[in-house]
Amino acid sequence: MNAMTTPNPPLAGRLRLTGYAFLEVLLAVPTLLFFVLTVVGGVVAVAWVGLGILFVSVPALRWITGRHRAFAARTLGTPVPADYRPMPANAHLVARVLVWAKDPMTWRELAWCLVSMTAGFVLSLLTFLLLVVIVTGGLWWYGAEPIMRARARLDRALLSYGTTERLEQRVQVLTETRAESIDHSAAELRRIERDLHDGAQARLVSVGMSLGLADSLLAEDPEEARRLVAEARQTASAALGELRDVVRGIHPPVLADRGIGGAVDALALDMALPVSVTQRLPGRPPAPVESAVYFAIAECLANVAKHAEAEHAWVELAYGEGVLVAVVGDDGHGDADPDRGTGMRGVMRRLSAFDGTMRVSSPAGGPTLVTLEVPCALSSPKTMPSSPTDSPGS
Amino acid sequence: MRLVLAEDHALLADGLTRILTSGGFTVVGAIDNAPELDRALADPQVDGAVLDVRLLPTFTDEGLRAAITARSRRPGFPVMVLSQYVEQLYARELLASGEGAVGYLLKDRVSDVTEFVDGVRRVLAGGTVIDPEVIAAIMARRPEEPVDRLTPREREVLALMAEGRSNAGIASALFVTEKAVAKHTNAIFTKLDLPADIDDNRRVRAVLAYLRA
Repeated sequence: MNAMTTPNPPLAGRLRLTGYAFLEVLLAVPTLLFFVLTVVGGVVAVAWVGLGILFVSVPALRWITGRHRAFAARTLGTPVPADYRPMPANAHLVARVLVWAKDPMTWRELAWCLVSMTAGFVLSLLTFLLLVVIVTGGLWWYGAEPIMRARARLDRALLSYGTTERLEQRVQVLTETRAESIDHSAAELRRIERDLHDGAQARLVSVGMSLGLADSLLAEDPEEARRLVAEARQTASAALGELRDVVRGIHPPVLADRGIGGAVDALALDMALPVSVTQRLPGRPPAPVESAVYFAIAECLANVAKHAEAEHAWVELAYGEGVLVAVVGDDGHGDADPDRGTGMRGVMRRLSAFDGTMRVSSPAGGPTLVTLEVPCALSSPKTMPSSPTDSPGS
Repeated sequence: MRLVLAEDHALLADGLTRILTSGGFTVVGAIDNAPELDRALADPQVDGAVLDVRLLPTFTDEGLRAAITARSRRPGFPVMVLSQYVEQLYARELLASGEGAVGYLLKDRVSDVTEFVDGVRRVLAGGTVIDPEVIAAIMARRPEEPVDRLTPREREVLALMAEGRSNAGIASALFVTEKAVAKHTNAIFTKLDLPADIDDNRRVRAVLAYLRA
């Protein structure tokens, strides 16, 4: 993907590396400035003025380190991710500073400043000077690439987590999400048990009793027996209705039949307001992902119906670069708070078991957009189940 | 009347066979899987089919697909589709061809034997019998054109029509005279721009307009 990854880049590659070196030399000045400001701001953070300084210096430092990450990534031909802790959408000022302070990446960046202003600065300046002082052109030709790669490795080591740290963080996330999904499924099982116990099961007991009574009354009071049978039939029908609801809550049959695409179509049809569905899925996601995404979309649409006062809603399903993306939008009044209901928290827990994420954008006045992303692989499109004609009959 | 029955549950297949036979139909074989069903439906001697949505081999929507395929081969071929649950989506797919002679009911409805047998008869005669649960889901939708133009009472009448009831049936359900129902149905036909035609066809088309709204 990148010319710099070849062992002997041609002239253009070397010139580009030298360009990075030049920019890095220039950036050393603001690096020093914002490093000092951040340290000072941090020290006097107890006073408001310190917070004010931090609100300028930390984002500025992050911009500078972002540039260096990009240079390092292009020089080495591998991504150099930032991995900041996520900032809660409506965190107030002090909370923001606390998130920065707790983020190990902030401290790494400060350490990087020291290295970048000394050793890093020397390496970049050297590369640049070797070219500008024309007589050293030969040295530049052979030296530019190794020097800049050394600088990039230095930056990468400080500005992005190593394999071990990454694995530790991953284990941490997996432990949390696993505990959450175990809690979630235990709660779901309890809910299902309660639904069955209070609903269908109780009704079937009542059906049995009515039929038993009818049986004993058949000879002496056929009229009453008939009434009881009719009652039993009605109760059986209500029990079936409740069982259907329970089944829909566990795994909607249309999802089993048609996959996420058909199930979302069916969901849209059952909404009171018009919902348009567009989908570009080349295959079917794994069943557990389908189910989690289906319930997430169902919850979003239920919220639209409940709170948004929308005229129109839409659902988009797409897949790209190994990620299933579902967007649920509405033209309602916006200002939706994802933390308000327990429903959305359940959705997030369920998605996080698959490393999925949910983002809500809902400015006052609308529109509201909920974006769900779940990394997963797609299986090839399902073939029509009714097509085989040569399989043996039973 | 010769009917194909497709139902993978032996108990239910037995019950349905008994009910249909007592209703005066001939059940030419109870089938539990899609490939056999396709072969049975290709037989021109068959007058209609009563199908479960889920069948072998995959237990998804084989029955529904078989019904749609059969109707594309023989337009207007009467099918009564039964299921443990109903979906508006499936109702629309069944009705998409616009010919009527379609039934789509929850399996629970079979417990009202006379009503069910009556429904099968109406489907065989070219009528449309849609489950009240589907109708209720459609009623919950925000009204849209052209059904929008109907009064609430006319919507009620149309909903009952979609369930497959006759004017007399609608009259008794709404506690009005048959004459009043006739007045409403005429108003519905006019508002939905359905020109005078054979009455049955107009009813089917009114129902279709309603279900597609």
